[in-house]
Amino acid sequence: MSWQLEASRVRAIVWKDLTAERRTKANFNAVVFFAALTLLLFGFATGPNPERQREIAGGILWLTILFSGVLAFNRSYEQELEGGALDVLLLYPGERRSIFLGKLVANLGFIALVELILVPTAALLYQLPFGNAPLALISVLALGSFGFVTLGTFYAAMASRVRAREVLLPLLLFPMLVPLLVGAVEATSALLGPGGDVMGNSGSWIRLLIVFDLIFLVATVLVFDYVIED
Amino acid sequence: MILVNAREATVDLSGVARRFGRRWVLRGVDLSVGAGESVALMGNNGSGKTTLLRVIATLLRPTRGSARVLGFDVPADAARVRAQVGLLGHQAGLYEDLTAAENLRFSQQMAGLQHDASAIDRVLAQIGLSPERDHRVRGFSAGMRRRLALGRLLLRPPRLLLLDEPYAAFDADGVALVNRFARQVTSAGGTTVIVTHDYARAQGAVDRVVRLEEGRVLDGLPREPEPLTV
Repeated sequence: MSWQLEASRVRAIVWKDLTAERRTKANFNAVVFFAALTLLLFGFATGPNPERQREIAGGILWLTILFSGVLAFNRSYEQELEGGALDVLLLYPGERRSIFLGKLVANLGFIALVELILVPTAALLYQLPFGNAPLALISVLALGSFGFVTLGTFYAAMASRVRAREVLLPLLLFPMLVPLLVGAVEATSALLGPGGDVMGNSGSWIRLLIVFDLIFLVATVLVFDYVIED
Repeated sequence: MILVNAREATVDLSGVARRFGRRWVLRGVDLSVGAGESVALMGNNGSGKTTLLRVIATLLRPTRGSARVLGFDVPADAARVRAQVGLLGHQAGLYEDLTAAENLRFSQQMAGLQHDASAIDRVLAQIGLSPERDHRVRGFSAGMRRRLALGRLLLRPPRLLLLDEPYAAFDADGVALVNRFARQVTSAGGTTVIVTHDYARAQGAVDRVVRLEEGRVLDGLPREPEPLTV
């Protein structure tokens, strides 16, 4: 199958997932509400000290993205399982990696929209200086989210075949995300530090995120065919 | 092995067994179905009919035995088989928040066909769903969903048509529609396998009946009627 056909199949999946989500908004509203609530609860748990909150804001932000993202990934395959659409999807001719890539792009779009609301909310709640290095912060968010969504989409496909998938997905996903979480939190914290990243600490963490993203993108595309089979 | 005629076998199974956990659902099925032939697969609940259909469709790997479909080995050449197989399963496999036309459009794109609105309109007319063209599937009855699922196959008539309980939820018109399609596939040199409990409805579309009992083929007599059950 030519790459044009494969690209057309990827576009079809993205269009289908985002159209269904746009019409119901059930998942988006729930995820955004959950994310806002998590930010708020972390705020209460860390106490009213703004200095301390700013120090750990990077960690709080990424944990909130991780927790709320898991809800989105589960839903991503749920609509395929409802009514037996997954079997139909698997029987279409062509490479199954286009199913994975389509889901990946749709989930990236979804998480980007959630972050568009989540990040300004975090900046407001924790008085974060996002204006220090906006481009570098956007890069860290993009790289961290890409790796997270790649693995999340992959493990959600794997978990979709079992009954306790809602519980299984975080159990499979979170341990794999440790290097990404460390890199994203360190880079974000360095950029949000007083006066910005004057020591240039974020650079090495950003490089780690790039390597993580590349390795797991290639690995998940290669093995998706095996995990999606019954 | 039951040899039907000298024509090339579209489905050629030898000693196919399939296990789920510790339970053997198929226990060595030998079956050959030729090109241009239509077969009804019958048997009691739990006899392995749906599992056998899913093995032929490449959705399940046989635990033991050899399965050749359309001249290709399953699962080694599953991708080539999938390009020529059409399956109507227990569930319709539709997307609830897309309209009837959008579901067919998605199917066209995933099957690698050019988007053709006139083909979609023609299929919708064939299945009697033209008035519901732009209505979301969520509001459809079970019969309408089955019709739309059949319409998806009509967009790209397969060489091997697999129908799992296709008469469920269908009125007389729907039954005629299924049988007409099955005959259309076989008269074009294709093959149809119909899993059903309802021989009375299938008899217009099949050449012979194959019975399964406890995961084995019992016989393959031409047009043997199934005793009516209440």
